[in-house]
Amino acid sequence: MTDEAWRPAASLETLYARSRLLDAVRGFFRERGVLEVETPMLSAAAATDPNLEPLVTCYDGPGAPPDGRMYLHTSPEFPMKRLLAAGSGAIWQMTRVFRGGERGVRHNPEFTMLEWYRPGWDHWALMDEVAALVHHVAGPQPVRFHTYAELFAPLGIDAHGDDTARLEAAADRLVVAPPQGLDREALLDLILSHCIAPNLGRGALDFVHDFPVAQAALARIRPVDPPVAERFECYLQGMEIANGFHELSDAGEQRRRFAADQDKRRDRGQSVLPMDENLLAALQAGLPDCAGVALGLDRLFMVALGAAHIDEVLAFPLERA
Amino acid sequence: MATYSTNQFKGGLKLMLDGEPYSIVENEFVKPGKGQAFNRVKLRNLKTGKVLDRTFKSGESVEAADVLETELQYLYSDGEFWYFMDMETFDQIAANKAAMGDADKWLKEQDICNVTLWNGEPLQVDAPAFVELKVTETDPGLRGDTSSGGSKPATVETGAVVRVPLFIEEGEVLRIDTRTAEYVSRVKE
Repeated sequence: MTDEAWRPAASLETLYARSRLLDAVRGFFRERGVLEVETPMLSAAAATDPNLEPLVTCYDGPGAPPDGRMYLHTSPEFPMKRLLAAGSGAIWQMTRVFRGGERGVRHNPEFTMLEWYRPGWDHWALMDEVAALVHHVAGPQPVRFHTYAELFAPLGIDAHGDDTARLEAAADRLVVAPPQGLDREALLDLILSHCIAPNLGRGALDFVHDFPVAQAALARIRPVDPPVAERFECYLQGMEIANGFHELSDAGEQRRRFAADQDKRRDRGQSVLPMDENLLAALQAGLPDCAGVALGLDRLFMVALGAAHIDEVLAFPLERA
Repeated sequence: MATYSTNQFKGGLKLMLDGEPYSIVENEFVKPGKGQAFNRVKLRNLKTGKVLDRTFKSGESVEAADVLETELQYLYSDGEFWYFMDMETFDQIAANKAAMGDADKWLKEQDICNVTLWNGEPLQVDAPAFVELKVTETDPGLRGDTSSGGSKPATVETGAVVRVPLFIEEGEVLRIDTRTAEYVSRVKE
């Protein structure tokens, strides 16, 4: 780090532009009559996803949880769904979220998430609105839709059917010196991130939908053959900028997925995190049929401002924070 | 055994892969939105200089290479090995031709060299950036002859040949930049 580390990483010109882009986002939702909300960053519960590592902190004041452990949110999804269950209607928020272990050209462990929910919508309607938001903020571009399977087929891979051995063989063929001992989902992630994603979002906004059920996360599953998760991702200039779901509203199924996450975390030697009982209770009370999406605003701003590194759009990235 | 986690990866970090020492040239963190994270890394083999790509699962640990850069004094060569001395411990260390690279053509006894050691063995010897060497052989300069761009070859005491200006004579001492093998100036005795 140079002796200039006190200075912002982004130029002042970029910070002015960033401020205008934040205004554009607010204007988009104001115009559409969506309610802006704020939910806690700090919770005694955490997202259980084995591929997310929440930052842990402690609070030992009045009202503290028994062990004093609290987690910085990795996304505002759970409390926003509680608002939906309480009858909020369409809601949006822009908030800082935190993810352990994520630092690189497109990652800062603290970043700005734009997240919104549309009761009564499915993921198709929401993909259209994501495209409208991207056009509003970063300018118009053509929009394309692909199923997850369609992206793998040209590589000779059946993303829903191939077993681990076949995917390992494909990884050895497609990726130089891949890591060994990956499970089926990690192999798909490897091939997607190394061979497919870099080519997406070039000259167009690319949506990927119909994910394998093992990657459903919090999406509902459509019982076709093979069954697919009603989840989508949005890519721009080789970067994933948004992830959305036609939201799972079945409390029993949600509890089973949380428990499966916990088992996977235990198997991998990761910390086992407290699941959000308030979310489960809200689902039990009734989450309206809805679609929701989380969008990495810093990455959208990178595209809008022509930045190659996330640090170019952040005042103080990790090493200067 | 010291190890590094992928979280510590950065340019210049020295690792062991398949029993060979490598230095990280580039490290890229790659993560699908909700999936497994990877580190895509370019590495240079410190013995052969070859560069290779490798992808690691983020969070994996890799053995550290015990690589050390140090200054050693050149003693002599027996034609097969070049012998150096650690000036603090007086230990002698032998470097082979591969580790010497081009350095041997510039070295005189007692010169101080930068040596990269791995497990105590020299991987690479760098001659000092500038050396002062006596001309042992060169044609008498023909003043006014500019047909060869105003320069001529001269052999110096270590056997190396460098291009020098026409006015240089045998017995003179030259300052030479070993990185470009170019004449810099005459050295007044």
